[in-house]
Amino acid sequence: MIASKQKPFQEILQSLEGEEKIFIVGCGDCATICHTGGEEEVWEMEEKLNSHGKKVVGTVVIDVACHTLKVRSIFNELKEQIGQADGLLILACGAGVQSASQVTDKTVHPGLDSLFLANIRRHGEFTERCSMCGQCILDLTRGICPVTRCPKGLINGPCGGAKDGQCEVDPQRECCWVEIYERLKKRGELDRLRRYQPPKDFERTVKPGNLTLHIPRKGIAK
Amino acid sequence: MSKLSQELEAGRFAVTAEIVPPKGTNVQQTISTARLLWKFVQGININENPHAIMRISSLAVSHLLVESGMEPVFHVTARDKNRLALQSELLGAAVLGIENILVVAGDHQSLGDHKEAKPVYDLDSVQMLHMISTLMSGKDLAGNPLDGTPTFFPGAVVHPQADIPELEIIKMEKKVAGGARFFQTQAIYDLDAFAAFMDQIKHLETKVLAGIVLLKSPRMGRFMNEKIPGIRVPEGLIERLEKSSDVVDESLAIARELIAGCQDLCHGVHLMTIGWYDKVEKMLTDLVR
Repeated sequence: MIASKQKPFQEILQSLEGEEKIFIVGCGDCATICHTGGEEEVWEMEEKLNSHGKKVVGTVVIDVACHTLKVRSIFNELKEQIGQADGLLILACGAGVQSASQVTDKTVHPGLDSLFLANIRRHGEFTERCSMCGQCILDLTRGICPVTRCPKGLINGPCGGAKDGQCEVDPQRECCWVEIYERLKKRGELDRLRRYQPPKDFERTVKPGNLTLHIPRKGIAK
Repeated sequence: MSKLSQELEAGRFAVTAEIVPPKGTNVQQTISTARLLWKFVQGININENPHAIMRISSLAVSHLLVESGMEPVFHVTARDKNRLALQSELLGAAVLGIENILVVAGDHQSLGDHKEAKPVYDLDSVQMLHMISTLMSGKDLAGNPLDGTPTFFPGAVVHPQADIPELEIIKMEKKVAGGARFFQTQAIYDLDAFAAFMDQIKHLETKVLAGIVLLKSPRMGRFMNEKIPGIRVPEGLIERLEKSSDVVDESLAIARELIAGCQDLCHGVHLMTIGWYDKVEKMLTDLVR
């Protein structure tokens, strides 16, 4: 899922300057789990905007706001309400905001900042484990990603900056290379650490990413 | 061949020292400090944005040293440059007569004075050493032939008192395999522990210059034990400074003992004086070369 946090309310108000009638869009997936753009947050935002001189003309929480086709069809169903709005405030990740901006001519405002691809540790606690680098090396390290969990993304071993096994960037966090070392040592697999890892191939992740599946059409059995 | 590499290859005990270049264009002080040091050392490290604090480039100051007849150890840092910039800068260094190279990952920018900077870390220190070896073979990292091949004396850093020695030595082995011909170590204060480390790496074909940091006060010793990775100052040394009537003298005496002890253990010393540049001569009075 995508972790996100709401922008400060003052910043949201500033971005809505000159627009009075606002339509709010939330997302039923990641932003709901993150408590940044679910039913409850959309309702709270509606209250806040109304009490700050705006007029919320409607709200909707879309199942999955990054699904552009879905957003298009819901916006079509709601075109009367959306039509009255001066602008749309989107409480979803950047992908959700751009689903909206692609299917409407109205001004679209992001209400959240998208943070990272998140694992859910427990309710309300999120952590980054994968950077989507396009060259997974989790097999080498037996399931601990140094590309993501080392702030320097080092893949040939630790930087030497750790103090008592804690990361130089955040002393509250264990150096992932200590974790990798301990796991491999326990398994008798330290030789995996000795393998030279060549530079990563960033050509594989040139932005913007695009993926088109060529799914063969299944024939109808006669 | 650099003078430093010749000294080390000839089996002579080498001395290097490091200078933090200025934040700004006023380099006169740096050059005069370098001149002072050059009487006693065979290589002068010019740090690149140390502690992620922006300063004048290591390349420019290294070049000024070469022009003045001195020999720099030029730092290249993974944090600040991608593989294109690293390679082109190294080729530039080569034509400016710079041969000694020290590769470092670099402290994370969140610890420095430009916390909002974008980190690069395109390569790590092991990969940078392989890159230098590739350039010296007449090719770039993409496999393209070079028109004119550089000569370098590449080195790296190691922490003899790392939390997990085995993990540190695995990385050191990878650095040697990548082409590191010399190592400058994190500060050492415990000769027995350092001897044990040297014993653990005796299978490696490389030269080791032990890091000597002047222990300027008992407080500094305690601070380093608490805050600096890979440094362990024995309590006995801190007590010596506390009991001493002249802290500077005692600090220099400790450094001289460490340097003398290193003569039997490794191939040289790397002096980090933390501003006490004028004390280098007194640090080296017991050195036999």
